[in-house]
Amino acid sequence: MWTYTLRRVLAAIPTVLVVITVCYLLLHATPGGPFDSDRKVSAAVLANLEAKYHLDLPLWQQYLLYLKGLLQGDLGASFRYADWSVNDLVASALPVSLSIGGIAMLLSVLIGVSLGIFAALRQNSVVDHFVMLLGNVGSAVPSFVLGPVMIIIFAIMLKWLPAGGWHDFEFRFMILPIALLTIINVSTIGRVMRGSLIEVMHSNFIRTARAKGLPTRVVVLRHALKPALLPVVSVLGPLAISSITAALVTETVFSLPGLGKLIVNGAGNRDYTLVLGLVVLITVLTVTLNLLVDLAYAWLDPKIRY
Amino acid sequence: MLTPQESSGLVAKVAAAAAVQNNALSGGRSLWSDARRRFLRNKAALISLGTLTLICLACVIGPWVLPHAFDSADWEAMSFPPSMVNSHFWGTDDAGRDLLVRCLIGGRVSLTVGLLATLSSVTLGIVWGATAGFVGGKVDAFMMRIVDMMYAIPYLLIAILLVTILGREFYLVVITITVFSWMDMARVVRGQTLSLRSREYVEAARAIGVSTPRIIFSHIVPNLLGVVVIYTTVTVPGVILTESVLSFLGLGIQEPMTSWGVLIQDGAKTMEATPWILLFPAALLSVTLYCFNFIGDGLRDALDPKER
Repeated sequence: MWTYTLRRVLAAIPTVLVVITVCYLLLHATPGGPFDSDRKVSAAVLANLEAKYHLDLPLWQQYLLYLKGLLQGDLGASFRYADWSVNDLVASALPVSLSIGGIAMLLSVLIGVSLGIFAALRQNSVVDHFVMLLGNVGSAVPSFVLGPVMIIIFAIMLKWLPAGGWHDFEFRFMILPIALLTIINVSTIGRVMRGSLIEVMHSNFIRTARAKGLPTRVVVLRHALKPALLPVVSVLGPLAISSITAALVTETVFSLPGLGKLIVNGAGNRDYTLVLGLVVLITVLTVTLNLLVDLAYAWLDPKIRY
Repeated sequence: MLTPQESSGLVAKVAAAAAVQNNALSGGRSLWSDARRRFLRNKAALISLGTLTLICLACVIGPWVLPHAFDSADWEAMSFPPSMVNSHFWGTDDAGRDLLVRCLIGGRVSLTVGLLATLSSVTLGIVWGATAGFVGGKVDAFMMRIVDMMYAIPYLLIAILLVTILGREFYLVVITITVFSWMDMARVVRGQTLSLRSREYVEAARAIGVSTPRIIFSHIVPNLLGVVVIYTTVTVPGVILTESVLSFLGLGIQEPMTSWGVLIQDGAKTMEATPWILLFPAALLSVTLYCFNFIGDGLRDALDPKER
């Protein structure tokens, strides 16, 4: 297990480095500098500014300085929001995204797995059709359609919940975004869980367990559940990445002050350093998450380790 | 000891093998005519194919036939609900532009982006995957390592970065989407190539002295085409969706040009007062995605009956 862990960690580092390097170079390849403007600034002032942000150094030195900053947890300064560093902006936005995304992920695993189990055990029942319908809806009705439709129903027609916005972690404002993210993820998890449990229930060791006369409950919970969960664990990594897409959309639809909103606004304002900083941060987060999923998978299934 | 299902499965397999042999002797059915027969039996896939054809035709022909232009405002009817009276069949948006024509023009853009990006990403995926699979060894390991790397990257963020840097031209959106949608195809094609290379019938062909190009073209490529077709239909909706998400976030196609994502974003802004501006393009996009999914399922069942 230790050699496997080490190998995976060593494999993850180049990914992060490549992303940082490519993004950094792309940014430098764009025409125009940060201090280009219509207003003429005297050459001395410009030189001072460039010296302050190390723009006068050769590219490789700037890159190494940026990497050094990253290692110390410094994502740089924002081009557009004066007086704000990317770190400040992230510190205010991260809790919003994490609380929404975390709760949604937890709920979707719980709901998705249990729905999948019910659907697999009672094929062609109401629950089964519901899971398959949800799977279809999840794959064909995109989040940016589902979100507005939910607002029309629950905020405008029924007036139960606010249509969007954010007020100091007040729960009313979190319900619809969490529900949207949960529905999207449940559709995937439910489908995968259903499929894998059906397959496991047809295998020989389950037949043996049944032949011993064990009640269905014990057969499912003690014998079938663990192997059936493996595929679910393996989709968690890709799901985390698609959740980022969903989070961007969700935060735009419900106008939440999270990371997604920050990056979309940053891209709209052409705030290069902010977008670069956020891309680096989120890449590191997802690569770490993928690594954890892989390790969990290897821990659950010894075959993977070799 | 075989269970009844297993033994009946075995009987079926033997029968199928015999049938294949018979067909081979009598000139018989090819993989493709078999697939066509199975596909034509699939109602959901056929209906989807019909609907999709209708949508495409409407997008191509509609804007010429309808009396409004997609970018001209009707000052008499702003945010006008759907009506038969003034030929705004799907109503107008908040600038008085005819929604039906805008949806069709948006469909042209979305479907074209989908088609172009799919074509380029499928080509890239096939070349990448086939090379890795044929060459094997260190080259294969390195190439697939890059694919793994691409999977671990949150692609939408990089796409946003690219669009931020490069701008929002039509072809740049296509390139950006291509860069992040070829990996599935590469993986599948590589896997398929690897397994095809060592199949018995390839061995057999080699043993009776068939030339390498002949083996590639008459044994490997036809068997590759099945998965390629299946994964292409899976790629198209994904690509259209990515374009829509980018446009929805305001980072894709720019005004006055439009796409389904842009239209949905416009509609979502004013959905309290004028819900039809959201609902028509949203429904159009969803129906299109459904159609592609059903056609993909139908093709998979038709070309790869084992998977069912």
